[in-house]
Amino acid sequence: MPEIQMPKLSDTMTEGTLVLWKKKKGEQVSTGDIIAEIETDKATMEWESPEDGVLTEIYVEEGGKVEVGQKIAFVGEKGEAAPAETKVPEAEKKPGPAAETAKPAETEQPGPAGEQQEETAPPQPEKQKSTQLDVPPVPRKAEAASASASSSKEARVKASPLARRLAAENGLQISQVKGSGPEGRVTETDIRAAMKSQSAAVPSPSPSKPAPTGAKPVEGARIHLTGMRKVIAERLVASKGPVPHFYLNIEIDAGPLMMARAELKSAGEGSDTAKITVNDFVLKAAVQAAVKVPKANASFDEDAIVQYSDVNLAIAVALEEGLVTPVIQGAQNKSLREISEAVKDLANRARNKRMKPEEFEGGTFTVSNLGSYGIDNFSAIINPPQGFILSVGAITKKAVVDDCDSVAVGQRMSIGMSCDHRVIDGALGAEYLKEFRHLLENPSLLLI
Amino acid sequence: MSGEMREITYRQALNEALAEELERDPNVFLMGEEVAQYNGAYKVSQGLLDRFGAKRIIDTPISENGFAGLGVGAAMVGLRPIVEFMTFSFSLVAFDQVVNNAPNMLTMSGGQFNIPITFRGPNGPAHQLGATHSHATECLYANFPGLKICTPATPRDAKGLLKTSIRDNNPVLVLESELLYSSKGMIEPADQELLIPLGQAEVKREGSDVTIICYAQTVPLALAAAETLEEEEISAEVLDIRSIKPLDHAAIFQSVSKTHRVVIAEQDRPYCGIGAEICFRIQNEIFDELDAPIARVSQEDVPMPYNERLEKAVLPSAKKIVAAVERVCHA
Repeated sequence: MPEIQMPKLSDTMTEGTLVLWKKKKGEQVSTGDIIAEIETDKATMEWESPEDGVLTEIYVEEGGKVEVGQKIAFVGEKGEAAPAETKVPEAEKKPGPAAETAKPAETEQPGPAGEQQEETAPPQPEKQKSTQLDVPPVPRKAEAASASASSSKEARVKASPLARRLAAENGLQISQVKGSGPEGRVTETDIRAAMKSQSAAVPSPSPSKPAPTGAKPVEGARIHLTGMRKVIAERLVASKGPVPHFYLNIEIDAGPLMMARAELKSAGEGSDTAKITVNDFVLKAAVQAAVKVPKANASFDEDAIVQYSDVNLAIAVALEEGLVTPVIQGAQNKSLREISEAVKDLANRARNKRMKPEEFEGGTFTVSNLGSYGIDNFSAIINPPQGFILSVGAITKKAVVDDCDSVAVGQRMSIGMSCDHRVIDGALGAEYLKEFRHLLENPSLLLI
Repeated sequence: MSGEMREITYRQALNEALAEELERDPNVFLMGEEVAQYNGAYKVSQGLLDRFGAKRIIDTPISENGFAGLGVGAAMVGLRPIVEFMTFSFSLVAFDQVVNNAPNMLTMSGGQFNIPITFRGPNGPAHQLGATHSHATECLYANFPGLKICTPATPRDAKGLLKTSIRDNNPVLVLESELLYSSKGMIEPADQELLIPLGQAEVKREGSDVTIICYAQTVPLALAAAETLEEEEISAEVLDIRSIKPLDHAAIFQSVSKTHRVVIAEQDRPYCGIGAEICFRIQNEIFDELDAPIARVSQEDVPMPYNERLEKAVLPSAKKIVAAVERVCHA
């Protein structure tokens, strides 16, 4: 048939974006002519027409994203019209719960995607035998929708029977769930995670996560995810839970910092400058570095990376029964002294449980300091949806090689940065830490 | 009547069951090699000759096919024989009586003759008994319609299941275990009637992540494995099926519907073993509950080596069960 479909341009490609039509509707095309540019999960590629004829109908507009095998255009004889009813509205292309109506419930054959699947879809039993237990009969409707995704034998999704059942019961398309089991098998855990992220994403009328009023950080920019960025996100999520962590570590020369702190303490005897702690410097440096490297002050939100214009600093405060992370809102506008005061206030009120819920909300990243517990270095877990967390260790005396290549006693502080790889790549994390180190090793910069 | 639970051995529990049923019904008698004068090769029939006399506690020659047949005949005329095999490896020379005469008589006589016989004795590998004396015969006998089979793993189950078996009007095999005879467990007071129905599994340990289905010798292995797994934060449910036939499907399906993952730990060999049958039934009936392929731990498919280390390598173990669980939990 001169109906042409989204081609499979790479082994892992399951859907493609039609970036650009090189031919217009009604133009003559011949086999080998470049008719469109298609973005796969890996790259944007030029695509040649598989047919000779007239580009009679275009089903997918530029920017439209469809699954491999979905019809995208019709190449006919001159004067031949495309079948009128074949235009598939965008909404139906991603079979969700709504697609259940597309096919009568009693059949398990694939839904709207056409006859080719009927031949290649694996045979399915007519109906499930009842068991001796009170296991309720499984609704089969949604499975029809999920079956339509497998347009060829290679595309068959590996999934456990339980995962298939749960997906069917909850209207999830199993081919869109990333499997974490052996050989990428989709298991119960994956479906539950997908259900969770779906329910978190769907009911909210606003484009991002629901957040209490006032506490939500202001979005500075929303960067559309490219195919590559999406693949990076999917792969990394599959490798480690919902948030793919990676870890960076640096050691900071804490000598100048200790000196600055000592000066403030002795010179400011009796005044509140004496109360500025090492941790206050660390927090101020973390905030300043985020201002300098705004790309790191961001979080992942399903289809976009959200950069925040405010630096809302969350601080980990240990309590007897656990841990809370109160937030210093708009920390980029606060001086070292103001940060110091805010931290003391928040930590005190957190310990006395006199905090308002919104004071825990909207953090753009977290600093966790276990230095006072004698921890040299550690790697904290990211507080979602934040993009990273800093793990601050104790300042210890160490034998260090100084500028004159001789061994001397130095003071060192270990800093760990756990990053959400969907948001922050190694180079970006390194850039942030470089700025952070520069500020903390030159603490007078933090006093400006 | 209800008193304190007490701790006794598996051997003692079987002895109590025999004595109580001999006491209760004059048609019950015990027959086998060294059951009388010697008080039993494993001392299960300790004191029974003194108590019930030589007419009801009968030493036989080394002739399994003969005395098993004698038992079937006695059952036909209304007695309730208990035939002890010194080991079920020896029952193989009486195979025809056990699988042909005992279970088929009722149907072939058009319902005229019930065969209320109990075949009992140790079954399965023990310790360095060699290839010919280490057979786990449950999968052989389970293939014959008309036979019931139970495999007690604890003193309580041993007593309750043996008593029920003796009272059953059909041939029942009580497959004991040499390795368990000295094991101890809690049980109701001696004066309290204890009957455990055939075909009723028991959850020996509750869990939520994986079901370990086991019986007889593999029950303690599964419990040990569950302990280890707990340290890995895998919560294993240990389900002792207790009877091979009839099989408690409902209990199996219920547990698997909760955990969605299964490891079957069996003491027989893998090929056509008990686990193969259970595995088939699970996937056939509750396919949509499974979140991972079913794993089996059994003996290796070789004649049992005499060498101690090789024997250990062939037998199922807690370690092998842990590994299988980790596999199905993708840990």
